[in-house]
This record gives sequence, structure tokens and C-alpha cells, in this order.
Amino acid sequence: MPASLLWVVDVYGRVFSLSTAGQQWEQCHDIQMEFKRVAAAQQCCWGIACDSNIYLNVHASDLPVRYQEEAYENQRWNPVDGFSERLLPSDRWQWSDVTGLQHHPLDSFQLPSSSWEWEGDWYVDENFEGEPTEKEGWSYAVDFPATYYKDKKWNSCVRRRRWIRYRRYKAMDIWAKIPSQHVTLPDPFSDISCGGWEISEEPRGRLSLWAVSLQGKVWFREGICFDNPEGSSWEEVALPGEVVQISSGPADLVWAVLWEGQFVVREGISRDCPKGTSWMTVDSPSPDVGATHVAVGSNVVWALTKDNRVWFRRGVNSHNPCGSGWISMVGEMSMITVGLNDQVFAISCEDRSVCFRQSVTASELSGKTWKAVCVPRDVDRSHSSASTNSLQSAGCFFRDEAHGQSSVSDMESDTDKTSTEGASGLLSSASPESLICAAADGCGLPTETPKPHITKVTSDSFISELVSDREPATTSKESSLTGPTVPWEENTPGKVEAEEQCAAIPVSQSVGSDDPQWSNVDLAEAQGQQTQTGIVQDTVDTSSLSSVATYSLAMEDPYGVDEHPLWAWVSGGGCDVDSHSQLNWFNFLLTNSSLVQSMTLSITPAQTAAWRKQIFEQLSERTKREMDNFRHYEQAVEQSVWVKKGTMQWWKDWKPHKWVNVHFALEQFSGPEGNKDGILFVYYNFYEEKKYLHSFINEVTILVPVLSSDFKHTFAIYTPERTKQRWPIRLATATELEMHDWLALLSVSCCDSRGIQGPPSKQAIWSITCKGDIFVSEPSPALEAVPYPTPCDQMFWRQVGGHLRMVECNSLGIVWGIGYDHTAWVYTGGYGGGFFQGLASSTDNIYTQTDVKSVYIYENQRWNPVTGYTNRGLPTDRYMWSDASGLHECTKTNTKPPSPQWTWVSEWAIDYGVSGGTDREGWQYAADFPTSYHGHKTMKDFVRRRRWARKCKLTTTGPWQEVSPIALSDVSILPCAAQSSVDVVPLWAISNKGDVLCRLGVSSLTPAGSSWLHVGTDQPFKSISIGAASQVWAIARDGSAFYRGSVCPQNPAGDSWYHIPSPSRQKLKQVSVGRTSVHAVDENENLWYRQGVTPSYPQGSSWEHISNNVRKVSVGPLDQVWIIADKVQGSHSLSHGTVCHRLGVQPLTPKGQSWDYGIGGGWDYITVRGNSLEPARICLPALTDPAPRSLLTVQTPEVHTDAV
Amino acid sequence: MADDKDVLRDVWFGRIPTCFTLNQDEVTEREAEPYYLLLPRVSYLTLVTDKVKKHFLKVMKADDVEEMWFEYEGTPLKWHYPIGVLFDFHASNTVLPWSITVHFKNFPDRDLLHCPSSSVVEAHFMSCIKEADALKHKGQVINDMQKKDHKQLWMGLQNDKFDQFWAMNRKLMECSTEEGGFRYIPFRIYQTMIERPFIQKLFRPVSPEGTVHSLGDLLKEVYPAALPSDGKQKHFQVVIHGIEPLLETPLQWLSEHLSHPDNFLHICITPVPSD
Repeated sequence: MPASLLWVVDVYGRVFSLSTAGQQWEQCHDIQMEFKRVAAAQQCCWGIACDSNIYLNVHASDLPVRYQEEAYENQRWNPVDGFSERLLPSDRWQWSDVTGLQHHPLDSFQLPSSSWEWEGDWYVDENFEGEPTEKEGWSYAVDFPATYYKDKKWNSCVRRRRWIRYRRYKAMDIWAKIPSQHVTLPDPFSDISCGGWEISEEPRGRLSLWAVSLQGKVWFREGICFDNPEGSSWEEVALPGEVVQISSGPADLVWAVLWEGQFVVREGISRDCPKGTSWMTVDSPSPDVGATHVAVGSNVVWALTKDNRVWFRRGVNSHNPCGSGWISMVGEMSMITVGLNDQVFAISCEDRSVCFRQSVTASELSGKTWKAVCVPRDVDRSHSSASTNSLQSAGCFFRDEAHGQSSVSDMESDTDKTSTEGASGLLSSASPESLICAAADGCGLPTETPKPHITKVTSDSFISELVSDREPATTSKESSLTGPTVPWEENTPGKVEAEEQCAAIPVSQSVGSDDPQWSNVDLAEAQGQQTQTGIVQDTVDTSSLSSVATYSLAMEDPYGVDEHPLWAWVSGGGCDVDSHSQLNWFNFLLTNSSLVQSMTLSITPAQTAAWRKQIFEQLSERTKREMDNFRHYEQAVEQSVWVKKGTMQWWKDWKPHKWVNVHFALEQFSGPEGNKDGILFVYYNFYEEKKYLHSFINEVTILVPVLSSDFKHTFAIYTPERTKQRWPIRLATATELEMHDWLALLSVSCCDSRGIQGPPSKQAIWSITCKGDIFVSEPSPALEAVPYPTPCDQMFWRQVGGHLRMVECNSLGIVWGIGYDHTAWVYTGGYGGGFFQGLASSTDNIYTQTDVKSVYIYENQRWNPVTGYTNRGLPTDRYMWSDASGLHECTKTNTKPPSPQWTWVSEWAIDYGVSGGTDREGWQYAADFPTSYHGHKTMKDFVRRRRWARKCKLTTTGPWQEVSPIALSDVSILPCAAQSSVDVVPLWAISNKGDVLCRLGVSSLTPAGSSWLHVGTDQPFKSISIGAASQVWAIARDGSAFYRGSVCPQNPAGDSWYHIPSPSRQKLKQVSVGRTSVHAVDENENLWYRQGVTPSYPQGSSWEHISNNVRKVSVGPLDQVWIIADKVQGSHSLSHGTVCHRLGVQPLTPKGQSWDYGIGGGWDYITVRGNSLEPARICLPALTDPAPRSLLTVQTPEVHTDAV
Repeated sequence: MADDKDVLRDVWFGRIPTCFTLNQDEVTEREAEPYYLLLPRVSYLTLVTDKVKKHFLKVMKADDVEEMWFEYEGTPLKWHYPIGVLFDFHASNTVLPWSITVHFKNFPDRDLLHCPSSSVVEAHFMSCIKEADALKHKGQVINDMQKKDHKQLWMGLQNDKFDQFWAMNRKLMECSTEEGGFRYIPFRIYQTMIERPFIQKLFRPVSPEGTVHSLGDLLKEVYPAALPSDGKQKHFQVVIHGIEPLLETPLQWLSEHLSHPDNFLHICITPVPSD
């Protein structure tokens, strides 16, 4: 999990953040102003400053925020001038938007705010629907508006071209004011909340920002998304009452608190309507005490009432946003916030510390206990001057607030007049400019009885409470004139507390009455009360200012060593933690050194610790001392054969294929040379007769967990023979645990018999199954030998922990992977993880890895003339709820996660991101099942379908560490020769949004690199590959190929893209570049070789077809070509997703001759880009000459569950 | 850099070269040759001395044979302590091989438990494991195991199968990272000062404040006499598996890596040799 931030505001209006990986509060130093509140999302943080403006802090990222402005230049042909800008009167503007309806001359484009800057000038887009255009980017048509073509025809009367200019958001990591473009913006904002990022993935980075104004109105910010972080405008949301505070969750929950103490809940929030449609009212948890604060997450609502009690709302979810009932929770809090994963943070009433709710899990959303965050601040004493400066503005700020809040303060203004007057008198007295006023009122003070301990924390009386906790009622009885001044002068730095006390206690008195007290977490409101006291004295301005001044003078050194921070507001919306997160937030009381040790102990052992070294050294000394001279002694215990037995189910080799109960046994023994070996047996009954089949452990090439349709715990055992047959030994165990135990044991046994241990070598070949399991194989030197390479069905694969969708490596041992959820991972150099616990796994270098993927089902409907579309199909139709093929029934209730390792993490939701597009309800239409679907209904459509998605999550361990924060969809690492001495390794990637990125600082010592360099493109990309000579090829989402020019170590990002025409009528989807060869795969599974590539002309001349049925290609540093192929026929069965090796690839015949078939099916990914082992010149003929076969084209693939 | 797992291996495969000699008072038909054997440090004397017994029985009259027992320099050796502990505690500074005297008569009932068969050792071993797990996980891990898993632990020890043993034992060594360790550390301290077999108390791997406890912390709490006082020569050495870990070694790590197969951390406090 990447580090993310928890944002807080302290009572002085200073903004701090705490990283999930950090151990101290970091102050935002760039703020010129005090802040009232903050509302965080992962990518940014919003705040209301004391000037009541809204500020935005977009977190810097390697991915720039760029907005593409476009304009179309339109021309019409006339016989005189040819094409000219003279258009017909009925025509569109000469410069327009894409529709032609808006007039858009280039100079009309303005930067939306001072936070933006232009990246460059306008230029013509020469790419037209994936094809390069010549002739300056023009596309031609018969007339406006019509279909445009790349080429000019005889009837082309009009033409147009697209101009592009980018503007870039530059105000990164600083608080930038949101321009108030409205002339009539409402009264100042008093509360803000952001959320809603889970409502829709489109547009990218969309957020809902809700704000509350002082008059209780609610405003919604329109148009916030990744390339428009500021949003565009405020829209008022109609309300049933006056709102004081609002909270928006990550998904569609929005709750607000009304002045009267009830809640309103927003209904109708959806993808099409993120603003929602109406409000529902929910009563306060307790009838007498109104609510003051609410915080919502994805599936939870927490609330506070005026008595500071904490409440949890039961039964809240997307379908029932109001929930069902309140549960009272332990603790008294003054403010509460819900972060990501429904984790809860609050500010304690008692000491104003930030508390984290422990053990909040999806099944137990209410958590268990509160735990105070206990870390220091980064600020030091030298900042006291800064804080003094800020006083002025703070004072103004509070005074501003007072006007808005006076109606509230009225309620308690008459609670205890004596105390009030005394309080302000004392307060004022400390401040020189109000000394006179204080003297006048001071007589009231000594008569007053101080309140011992005020449990009720109104907004700012926390100070007083703190102080009164320590020494109740001492200085408060002092005379108003001398009291504050005497200790003042006597004070040594160590007596800060006393000073605070004399200033602060009266404040508490002024507000701490026994009556039900208005309490609000907001910093401003108590100041309002203080101002109110000033009003009583008819010295409004002086008093409010001076009280603040006094207060802060008293807090001369708020950073004192033993002074803990006093927080006013916290926002967890950007803080990605869950109940398993390792947080270093809670035990700062320890000394730092022991803390570090305790935290790293079990995760990353400090390998260099002296104690560890000592143990290693002494153990080896002990061996020397006690054993080395006595090796000839007899062993007390003799070694013997060890057998492990169990019962399993076995998928019968002959028809009818079915699961039968068998006994399984592994016999292990020491081989003649002391190496371990073993035999595995499957004992079964054949017509009452006991039979067995067996396999030698040293012949097993892979043990692979497979998916089975009947949800069993299944794995497959392959030998070279069974790989040829495409028919492994398939076994199922009763429990997942049992399977993992067996797999771990058998794996260790196989590795022992082959003498393989430790991490994979740098040359290793990595592959991934469709289940996401990761395998490595150590290439033999003869693997790429010509003419007799090692047959690839003899390669031994072993599993590495973790879960990935793709993996890329190079021969320096740099390995990157990308998960199903697009998270980027870098290999740590360890081995094991997953179910390889204990001995088969390294102890360090293994980390937790999570992955999330979606399971899809389809809802199918047929149209009939009476009722329209219904879920009643024809008898011949597919199931009305089915998988993509329509062959299997998949309902919402019976569909399970892909394997027991996965657990659901979301509900079923309509998926709008289906290729072909959908209508507003997610439907796709077609004339009949199964044909191609489109996103709008036409007259000819009689069936429709829509896709539902549900997310599931897997948690495992493996030698992988996350490379945050940018999610990737492709990555490529420069392949290099075995002995090459490349210091900085070029690594290119595509973000999941299609941005092209270049990683800086990647080396074999720092495989994760340091930062991304964004490479601008005019459209999103999907595949990228870099060759040994830094030749970078990429495929755009529209299927066109690009070559990046001038990439070299001095200019790692190159300078410009060259558009390479695709093979005719084919859209490319993946590219791989080796030493010199360039291979690409198109969407129809054809493999293409780029002809004519030379150092002087690296773009090459044409695409040449190599093979069909190719899903993925990996070209290595020796120009070796490996693919994942479909439809490979074995002697027993057909397999999809099979690893294949191109034979006969030589410098003069780079296209090779035929395929050799390796492990599969069920494989999704392979990379051979680490294998730079040059084959020996002379090779012994292999025993079995791999018969060259060509890939079969089978039109009706036999589907079987061989899929791993 | 060596891996922590290597420690487990080193601990398991620790051997003490031993020379068994027959007690001179035993009546023999002919002279008994001494018998040399590599004893596993983590095993138990009666479990690994079948060969010794067989060797000496060859020279003895069957009538004179009672239960076999061992003695080192006059001290009867308790078979129910791991061999490594016996060696470290009684003989750590002797010249190797370790010379053990074998008796077949006059079984010292006051000092030793009878051990008629290996099932007694098994019962003792399993009860230690259960006790240790009770301390570590309230016994939850060991109770969740099946009978055959228990058997696997025992067979692993009996047949000196490291992989077999650890395939199961790792479950006993797991702890939630959240809590930072076991509930209590199962340990036993052997010493000469106090008149009782060993010291065993409840001691957590992490202090209430979250500090990691070290070996030194444990000794300070349980047996402060073992610690060197300031500025003075150290009088005692703290030995585990024949080595002296630094006092700042985290206790949890020690428990996970230097425990005996019975899951206890056996710590021997012996006087520093005077020479």
C-alpha cells in the first residue's frame, strides 16, 4: 500500500499531515493563512481558509495534470481558390469545436486560473483514427457534418483538421485558491467535504465536492476531474433546512447535519447524477440531544451529538443510505471523520488528540477501540515568531466568524454573566492594549467559584480543560490585575503551563456551565462565544482580538516538549489504511531506536544488527568446535525413507472423465549422491482392482494450482510427456490448506531433486498463469541453441509467491510486475511467499501483496412487442443471467469469486466500461445473441445485454514491493547482454489511463527507480517495448504503432513520436522489441515481424505476417521469440494459452521457422527478456528432435477446464 | 548474508561428539570398548542411545542389566532435558568429545525419572510443546492440529527429519505481527545458584509500552544475578545452544529461532570458567 496522508488542522489553524508511512506530523509551511477545515481525497486536499475562500492542494505526481484544448479548422472547396477558409453562409464557423456549433478561434482560449500554464503552442493533429495522415492533418468529407476520410476524393467539398494545445496545472503541492468566478458567490463557506470518487470511473479522477455556507446552504462543485482539478462552478443544492455540516463518502453516501440537530441524507446519487436528487430526514440518535456532526464512508455513518457522544449507524449501504438504527459507541469525541476502507478517525474531547478506531473490518465496521495517535510534530521552537505573526490574521478570522455565529452564541451568552465578565476581564488584562478595560471589570473575578473539571469541551475550551486538568483553581483566583502579569514576569521557559492556565481558565468558565451547552467542534464558534463576551462588554473588536492575542501570548511556546498538539479538525478521506496496516503512529513514547527495532523485527530484520551477527558467527564457531573434528563419528539417528500420504481426488485419465477418490503418497529418499529424490503415487481402484500411477519427482516439470469450474481446490502436475499430451495429472484436495501444504511439500521436493534453491537467477524466464500465479524457469544454456535447443516442454517451472497479471524483466535481475488492479510491483530479490511458508521462502524480502479484480456476469433481455424488453427469452436463448459466452448460467447469487483465495469486496454494479459503449442504463443492443453489441438501440435490435461487475480481492505474500502511486497497464525494461554494464536501466511504462512514462533512476541496486518522467502523447497508449539499443516502440489504444525517436541515455525520454502504419486492416495490441527484432501482435491474434529495421532506419519498412493464434509475444535480448499461443493441439487435448518458443531464429533468419510447444494451457504471460545466455557454439543433438508443427487453426475450440 | 532460516538448520543439526564409557563397577564378561557417537543437541538421551545400549549389552550378562542411565562427572544426567542443555549446563567447558559414563545398575531414583520406552519421551516432549503453546497462543495452535500433525512433530524429532518437523512446527512459531510476538515467551533458565531445577515465569516479548524485550530484559526480571554488574568482571555466561547471544538480542526472535523442538527456549547460566 503506498503511503497516503491523514490531514489535520490544529486549533491555531495550522495544517498538518501525517503519512501512513511516517511518524510525525508534517506542517504545511506554504500556507499563508490559517485554515478552518480540510477535506482530503487521495490525490488532493481541499481546505477552507480563514478568508473563507476554498483552497486546493493537488498532490504532486509524476503524472502531470494536462488538459487538451482542441479546435477544428474548417475549409470548403471552391473552384477558384481550391480549399479555402471561405465557407458558405450556412456553414459552420471557420474555427469551431468538434460539432461545429461553437465558434472557437484559437485566441479565444484562456487559462482558467493562475494555477495553469500553457505547455506549448497550437499544433495540428496529424493522426486520424489511428492512421497517419499526410497533407497537414486534413480529413475530407462531402459536406459538414458528415463522415470524414483520410483521403481526398473527387466529391470532397469540405475538409477540416484538428488543432491541439495543452495547458498544464502547475500549482502542485501548494494551496491554490479556487477562483470564485461567480460574481454572486454566496456567503462564506463554513464546511466542506469531498468524496464520491467511487461513483464513476469516468471521467478520470472525478470527485464530488460539497460545501456548506454560513447561512446553511449546500453547494456542489461541478466538473471536478483529473484534468480539471479545480472544477468549474458551484451549483446550489435545494435543502429542507439549514445545514451546519456535511459529509460525503467515497461512494454514494452523503449525509448532512441540520441546525436543529437532525440529519438529512441525500438520495438518488448515481453515475449520471452525482449530485443526487432529494433529501431524506433521519432523526438524531437521542431525542433530547441534537446531532452536531456526521461522517460517512462507503458503508458506514458515524455521528456525534451535542453531548459529544459517538454514534454508529447500523445497516447503511448504497441501497439504504439512511440505515436502520443508531448504536451508541464508547468515547467522547469532538469531531469524527471516516477515511478510506471505512476506517474512522476522531478528535478526542478529552485531550484533543486524534484517535484511530482499531479493528474496523468489512465484517465489523464499528471497530473495537479508540487508540490515540501519538507522534511528534516536525515543527521546532524556531517557529514561535511565525505563529505570532499569524495572530493578526487569526484574530480577523475569528471576528469574521463572530458575525455569522452570533445568533448561536446568544443562547449561552447569559449563562453566567459573572463568569463571562470575569473571563474576558482576565483575558483582556494580559493583553496590554486592553488593560484598561480589564481593570474596569476585574473586580468581578475574585468572587467567582472556579469550575473544577469541565468535561464538556466546547470548541475551544479544550485548552482550559487541559489546564484545569492539571491544576484546577489556583491562579484563577488571583486578582485580575496582578494575577496574569506576575507569573508572566517570573516565568521561566519551563513554566509555560502556568501561563496558559491563567489565560485559559477563564475561557473555560465562560463556556463551561452545567446547562446543555452548545458545543461544536469548529474552532471558530467558540471564538464566536468569546466575541460574544466582548459584546456584553461593548468592546467588540478589542475584546475579540485581545482575547485571541492573550490566548496566543500565553501559548508563547506551543511547541513545548511535553506539549501535545491540540487538533481541531481531521480528514481521513485520503488516508488509505485498513485494520491490517502497519502504522507507526501509536508508540512514540518509546525511544526511537527501540521503536525501529520493534517495528522492523518480524518484517524486515535488520540483517546487520550486532546481535544477529553474533549469533551467526557463534553458530559457525560452534559447528567448527563441536563437529568439524568429529565428522567420522557415527550419527545417533540414521536417515531413512520418509513417506507422506493423504487422500485426494483425481481427474480420471480416461472417459468418462470425473473426479475419483484416490490415495496419494510422496516417498522421499536420499539419492545415491546424497541428493534428495522422490516418487509420487496415485493409488486408485479400477473395477475393484487396486492400481496406481506414479511419477518421479525429478521428472515433474511444474506443479500448478488450477481453477476448476466446480470450485474445488485443484492443482495439476506436468511432466514433459504430459505436457505433450496437454493432459496433466489433475488432483483436488478437500481444503485449500491441504492443497497448499501438499504444493509446498512437493515443490520443495522437486526443487531439491533438481538442486534448485534460493531466488531465481537474473536470466530466469518468468511467466504467469491466467489465475495470476507466477512461475519462473531457469534457462539452460542450450535453450536458444541452434539447431537443437532444449525442448521447452522439459523446462522446469517453480512458483514464486504473489499475484500478477504481467511481469517483465531484464538480465540485470530487474523485474517488474503489474497486478490485475494495475498496481505496479518490483521484485525484491526474495523467493517463496504465498503458500511457501517457512523453509521454502526467504524470510526477508517477502511482503504482503493484494490484488483486486472484477468478476463479470451478463444480464440478457429479449424484446417482444407486448412488454418491450423483458427477461423472458426464447426457449433457444441463452440464460437470462449468464457469463460472457451465454453458455453458463451466472446469477448474482450463485456466482462465486474465481477461487477460494478471493473474497468479495463490493456489491454487484452495472459496468459501463464495456467495449462498444452502453446506454445510460448500461445496456448494449444487438439484433440477436450472440452478435456484436452497440451502445444505442436501433430498429433492428431485438436483444440487449448489460454487464454487471463485482470486485473481489486477494491477499497473499510474495517477493514484491509496490511501486506507488501510478497504476500501470504495461511496462518494458531494456534488455541487455549478459555482461553489459548498464548503470541506469531505461524502463518505460504505460499508465492505466494510457499515459506513456519513463522511469528514472532504475538500476540493479535500485530496481524500483526513483520517479516517473511523463512523455506526452496526443492519445492514450496501451503497449510499449524498449529494445536493446533503446529503440522504443509503442501501440496506441486505437491500434496504431509509434516509434519514439532519439531515445538515448542522455535523452532518456526521446524527442518525438513517429506514427508507423499498422498492418492493413489490423489494429495492433502489443509490441515487443528485442536486440534488433520488432514483433507485434494484433487484435485478431496475428503475429507480425517488422521488416527492414536497420540502425539508420529504425522504423523499418513493412509488417510481415509470421503466425496466427498468438496472444502475446516476448522478444528477448538474443532476439529469441516466445509467445503465448492459443489452440495448441496435444495428443490428448487442445490447449489455450500455451508457452511456445520460435525455433530457427538466427541473425539471418530472424523470423525463425517453426514453433516448439511448452507448458500450458492456461498461461497468460511470458517474458524471456532476462535470458541473455548465448548458446554454446557446438551443441550435442538433443535426444528428441522437436517435430516442427504449425499452429492449428481450429474453428470450434473445445472448451475444457484445463485452463489453469 | 545468511538467512534466519539457516539458524534453524544450524540449531537442528547441532551435534555433540560423545564418548560413552561403561561404568567400571559394572560386571562385564570382557572389557567394554568406549562407544563414540554424534548426539543431536536437540534430542533426548534415551531417544538416541539405542546403539549405545546395544553396544554395551554385548559385553554384559543379561542378569546384571537394569535400566540404563547416564552420568557425567558424578552427576546423573536427566534424560528429559535436551542433550544440548545437559552439555551446556554441565560440560560446556570440557574437552571434546564429551565423556559420559553409562550405568546399568543402581538407578538413582531420587535424581532421575524412569524411562522404560520412547513413548515416555514422546509424552514428555508433547507435553512440553503443549505447555509452550499454551504460553504462546493460549494453546490454540496445538489444539487446532490433528493427531497426525502431533505425530509428525514427534516423528520429525525422533527420525531427525528437519523438514518434516518444521513443516509442522512453523505453525507453532507463527505470531500475529500486530501483537509483535507471542503472548508469553516459553523459556526455562537453568542455573546453579538456587535450589530448584529451573526458573520459568510468565514473560512477554513486548512491554506494555510497546518496547521489544531483549534477552537482557528477561534476565534482569527473572534472574538478575546472571547479569554482569557495572564495571565488574562478568561471572556468568548465558548460553543457548552452545552460543552466547548478545543481551540485546530480541527475545521474540530468540524464541522463534533458538527454541528447542519442545518449543522452549532453554537458557543455561553457567559460571565463567576461571582460567
